[in-house]
Amino acid sequence: MLLRYTFQRLLMLIPVSISISIVIFMIVHLLPGDPIDNLLRIGSSPEDREALVARYGLDRSLFVQYFTWIGNLFQGDFGQAIVLRRPVIDLIGQNLPYSLVLGGLAFAFSSIVGMSLGIISSVVRNPIIDRLVRGFILLGSTVPGFWLALLLILFFAVNLRWFPVSGAGGWDSLVLPVLTIGFGGVALVARVTRVALMDARREDFVMLLHAKGLSHNTILFRHLMPHALLPVVTILALRIGWILGGAVTVEFVFGRPGLGSLLIRALGQRDYPVVQGCLLMLALAVMLGTLIGDIAQAAMDPRVREAKT
Amino acid sequence: MSMLSVRDLGVAFGSIHPLSGVSFSVDRGQTIGIVGESGSGKSLTAMSVMGLLPLIGGRITDGNIEFDGQDLTNLPETAYRKLRGGRIGLITQNPMTSLDPLKKIGPQVDAVAILHLEMTPKEARARTEDILETLRIPEPALICDRYPHQMSGGMKQRIVIAMALAADPDVLIADEPTTALDVTVQAQIIRLLDDLVKERDLALVLITHDMSVVAQTCDKVVVMYAGRALEFGTVETIFDAPQHPYTQALIGCIPRGGDGTAKLDGIPGTVPTVMNYPKGCPFHPRCTRAQEICTTTQPEFTSYGDSAAACHFAGVAP
Repeated sequence: MLLRYTFQRLLMLIPVSISISIVIFMIVHLLPGDPIDNLLRIGSSPEDREALVARYGLDRSLFVQYFTWIGNLFQGDFGQAIVLRRPVIDLIGQNLPYSLVLGGLAFAFSSIVGMSLGIISSVVRNPIIDRLVRGFILLGSTVPGFWLALLLILFFAVNLRWFPVSGAGGWDSLVLPVLTIGFGGVALVARVTRVALMDARREDFVMLLHAKGLSHNTILFRHLMPHALLPVVTILALRIGWILGGAVTVEFVFGRPGLGSLLIRALGQRDYPVVQGCLLMLALAVMLGTLIGDIAQAAMDPRVREAKT
Repeated sequence: MSMLSVRDLGVAFGSIHPLSGVSFSVDRGQTIGIVGESGSGKSLTAMSVMGLLPLIGGRITDGNIEFDGQDLTNLPETAYRKLRGGRIGLITQNPMTSLDPLKKIGPQVDAVAILHLEMTPKEARARTEDILETLRIPEPALICDRYPHQMSGGMKQRIVIAMALAADPDVLIADEPTTALDVTVQAQIIRLLDDLVKERDLALVLITHDMSVVAQTCDKVVVMYAGRALEFGTVETIFDAPQHPYTQALIGCIPRGGDGTAKLDGIPGTVPTVMNYPKGCPFHPRCTRAQEICTTTQPEFTSYGDSAAACHFAGVAP
């Protein structure tokens, strides 16, 4: 049952991927400017320019360019970076691990801390703790990442000198970026967990669980948590996409290499193949996250499993 | 000595007192019916006996609940937990929502025997299948592997009953066990409960708003209204000679067959909410016999052989 469901979901990714590739291609090519300007030496003639445009195939129709790109993609060829003059796949391969480590750690941090906070605030019936957690949630949901990054750098890196200001040296250089990205995630996950747990507690069947003589802890961990996890897992799955995409500005502020930094640089230079490649990776991450979320949802809830197959 | 006896029970939520002066008792092999319209405090009575009031923010303020000679009103939670599901079973109103939708049927029933009879999961499953069999559920082993949403309401209610029976309790509290079910299934469930009382020598507290169910199955009745008991006694006396006007009205509401011209009776007005219980006799705003005294003074119980009614005019010919 679950296998069939997974297969169906995978099939549905095909039309989605095609639409996404079109959107990415159009957005990138409809931007004003082109990469050739970055290649021209001062004093070049219009003829020089045309020669370069022809060399990179930019004089052909968008239609032809799109299908050339897609055709090459199917052969595993992401194309050649125009300004950076290297295969796009190499650039991505070089930067992706940094983003994965940073995003993965931030994801783990926000999942674990967020869920713990959510559980604590809904289980511990202490108004002070609850208010503290709720205040934190409000703060975390509203403070923008780049601003928080600057604050953290100022306090922990410049004043206290505990961590490096920027770069991707040792493990200590990861602490501030992970905190920055994780902060918003912690707040979001905590909020969803808290509300989901309180909703689960109000379900009718909880009364009967108590009537069976089960202890509060058994009811909480065996019955309420699985219910509360359903919305939490959905939120977490959506954030899997964020592992790569959410770090774009933060990578930039901390001067870390990564997919985000690469993308921002390539965007500035209108380096079409690189921008397309990066955006495609981000879109893939989001699709993968959604897919994982849906499958997890079906694995956890028999009702979903049946309704969707 | 009664298996379960409730004396002068009063319940409060903060400063609101939705329940007061409720008394009844039930022996092994006996069924007591608690009847009344919705909002009369029947379910609250069940919650009090189960010790589940704190869960919804309530507490017992008056009277006591005695189970097998043991006072439950001040019983610590850990000791209460052994009784709940172990010696007192609960059947709730809506079988559609009373099972955990994410868990299979088997484990949900097994949990009771594992907890209270200290069985291994394997023993518990064998017991579960036995119980399902006695509840006339076809192919118990298959059912155990199903999820709640894959079964009908009547089937789910049997599962809930199986859960209540799993630890071989002495008392069963059934809170409107048939209200949410199809009429065809209602009779089956009621008969099933009736059989269980006889076969297992259970004491059954049957909460219902259906006087005809009471007439069929109960030995004793308590009629409740607006959080109070208005009349109690044996089924025979209550049905032969109801003293309280409310009881009379409830009995009048039982549809009788016949030539098809008979009109269905109702009781005019509505049950007061907790926030505005009337002064004096709680039923007086809807009572056809209400006088001046009914609006000011709460009537005491007067006995009439096997029953007692709290009405100023009980025993007085209308």
